[in-house]
Amino acid sequence: MKKFISILLTLALAMGILAGCGSSSSSGAASSETKEEETAEAGETEEAAEEGLNIKVGFITLHDENSTYDLNFINAAKAACEQLGVEYLLRTNIPEGQECYDAAADLVDAGCTIIFADSFGHEDFMIQAAKEFPEVQFCHSTGTKAHTEGLPNYHNAFASIYEGRYLAGVAAGMKLNEMIENGEFAPEEAKIGYVGAFTYAEVISGYTSFFLGARSVCPTATMEVTFTGSWYDETAEKEAATTLINDGCKLISQHADSMGAPTACESAGIPNVSYNGSTVAACPNTFIVSSRIDWTPYYVYAITAAANGEPIDVDWTGTIGTGSVVLTEVNEQAAAAGTVEKLEEVKAALEAGTVQVFDTNAFTVNGDPQTSYLADVDTDAAYEGDTEVIEDGAFRESKFRSAPYFDLRIDGITLLDEKY
Amino acid sequence: MHNNPKEPLIHITKRGALPWHRAWGIRLLAILVALVVCGVITTITTGLDPLAVYATMFSGAFGTVRRSWILGQDLAILLCISLALTPAFRMHFWNLGGEGQILAGSLATASCMILFGETLPGPVLILLGIVASLAAGAFWALIPAVCKARWNTNETLFTLMMNYVATQLVAYFVIVWEVPKGSGKIGIINQSTEAGWLPVLAGNRYLLNILVVAVLTIAMYVYLTYSKHGYEISVVGESEATARYVGIKVGKTIIRTLLLSGAICGLTGFLLVAGTNHTLTTTLAGGQGFTAVMVAWLAKFNPLGMILSSFLLVFLRRGAGEISTIYGLNQSYGDILTGIILFFIIGSEFFISYKLHIRKSGKKVAAQESTAAESATAETAAEETAAEAVAAEDTADKKEVGADV
Repeated sequence: MKKFISILLTLALAMGILAGCGSSSSSGAASSETKEEETAEAGETEEAAEEGLNIKVGFITLHDENSTYDLNFINAAKAACEQLGVEYLLRTNIPEGQECYDAAADLVDAGCTIIFADSFGHEDFMIQAAKEFPEVQFCHSTGTKAHTEGLPNYHNAFASIYEGRYLAGVAAGMKLNEMIENGEFAPEEAKIGYVGAFTYAEVISGYTSFFLGARSVCPTATMEVTFTGSWYDETAEKEAATTLINDGCKLISQHADSMGAPTACESAGIPNVSYNGSTVAACPNTFIVSSRIDWTPYYVYAITAAANGEPIDVDWTGTIGTGSVVLTEVNEQAAAAGTVEKLEEVKAALEAGTVQVFDTNAFTVNGDPQTSYLADVDTDAAYEGDTEVIEDGAFRESKFRSAPYFDLRIDGITLLDEKY
Repeated sequence: MHNNPKEPLIHITKRGALPWHRAWGIRLLAILVALVVCGVITTITTGLDPLAVYATMFSGAFGTVRRSWILGQDLAILLCISLALTPAFRMHFWNLGGEGQILAGSLATASCMILFGETLPGPVLILLGIVASLAAGAFWALIPAVCKARWNTNETLFTLMMNYVATQLVAYFVIVWEVPKGSGKIGIINQSTEAGWLPVLAGNRYLLNILVVAVLTIAMYVYLTYSKHGYEISVVGESEATARYVGIKVGKTIIRTLLLSGAICGLTGFLLVAGTNHTLTTTLAGGQGFTAVMVAWLAKFNPLGMILSSFLLVFLRRGAGEISTIYGLNQSYGDILTGIILFFIIGSEFFISYKLHIRKSGKKVAAQESTAAESATAETAAEETAAEAVAAEDTADKKEVGADV
């Protein structure tokens, strides 16, 4: 037994020596790092003195940077805080449960005066925290309840992403036109496939605006939509895209966060319009363009307002004009000729208001043009419509609340299943 | 034997029971060595000061009063699941269905809160939730138990597959009750009325769960150690033939024990829905049904020991979250450290049960080799999953039992 102990001791000693070397080298690294930190902090205080932004910001995300959805938020958070020179804490992998409240409360303890969360399911827990900490501002992206909660320190934000989708749809329509001109298929065969997550208003608004964009340049276009029942399920999205391709779809787009649909398109040689960011690296031959929300302008706006003690909008909607709705670079290799110029033209028209995405002349439901629609803007368990949203010849999306509420099933789009 | 030139370099013999202080000494040493290895790996891969990283972990777990309470609450939930699995495990019935049984209990509680939230008075609703969750969890465990008792089906696979059924069932009801339409989320149930919510004791939202589990821990310890049922469970676990010979009804014991096991899992589901989360999602249990397997094994199925092992795991989890925030390291980094520490702790059990004899002439060589082997294992430890670790422990323990017989 003594021998055994002595061996263990030798072992421990050996490890100790190793660790000793390790820690001495690491202390060097650490000290250089503290220096860096100091300089960074000095920079911060200078800037803070300049701009008067001496606050700490907290961010809560559902996953970490491995999810394209959360990465889009994390990048914006870093960009905004860097631009304003404010200190921030980022809590990743926070589930949509009590953990969200706990994380928010912990960020309050850490001295944050404004806290952001990025996932729809975080909303109720953010509201719970907002009620308990009235002196702290809570901002929730994609939520729907701020305008009915009536809390002075709880805010929602979204962007008019349907305009981005519309632009992406224009690029898709031009590609269809090009393929028709090349004689690849007849005009009436111009069918688009769309992989959605749930039959949620955000998804419906997304695929409808995308379709209307495509049909504005390719009048014979039709669309088939299928749902996966998950925001991130690579296998299901890949299978859904493959099913659509086998069903005769000539172009695919998607509203789900994995690389499933884009890679299925790349291997089948079918053009793809992406979402949340460019997929050109993995799909150089089929990626056309992608729309996404850039959250940086909102973060900059809300943090600045909180630092200056100014009120933050209850329901903030970013637009093309605020720089919140953006398109990636067009991939010239896959896109039709003249796409970039056409997109610039339509974008200008959208900004000027001369083109309305949900113009009631552009779509019908069961053959009838729509003149009136009550949308479920004030969320309730029975999904009852409560607000008239068609005004001046267009469905006014994101006007009565930032989160989308367009949920009409328009003609020309076939839903293959509605189980989710 | 010792004069034989062909004597192996190392040979292993089983040792008798070690006095407790020696056993704990070995365990403590294992943790220390694990911390050193973690430190070395931290320095090599990230260039951070390992002591600062440990301090950050500690601050993540205990840094503020709130963090300490959250740690206590997380510990209580994990411990509650481990307590649920323990009677089954002592009987050598490998209940891997904790996850599904918790979800069954959660679903039952959430249904009561949604369906009767406006009609029943608060205390009645809570009572109904408790009864429903206990029954649902027990029922979910009863199905594999009956099949095991009657047809000797494989309980590991059966309970595992019941998890998937429960997850899909919850997914279905989430869509039935989702708000708004199509979002796939229920949100907080009865947020304005708080109907069916457990009360907040003394202004502390974490206290009640902790108290419930504390009482349960003592009750389970007494039940397993001093009751006739507890004895029957141990006998059935050691040998079914012996149990039958002394007149224990094996089938009845299996079913009774699994009803208990499932009911406590169901109770965990109740605490998660009515006590803390107030919502229903498919990820509510968050894999803790499996983590609890490790908690129970680490403590050798001793309810009091499980307080320590679940503390260790929750501490590491909370600490890892803080590391990822402060140093911008991915959450996986915390998992690697946890893996290394668990590997050493589980490995130390080998040295408590067995003795290494090293050939005298080759003493120095042996010492060096074992050092090399130790550092090599440390690297693989990072990849070792919890399940594998448990499996290794499992076989080790079976060998031990074999040796005893």
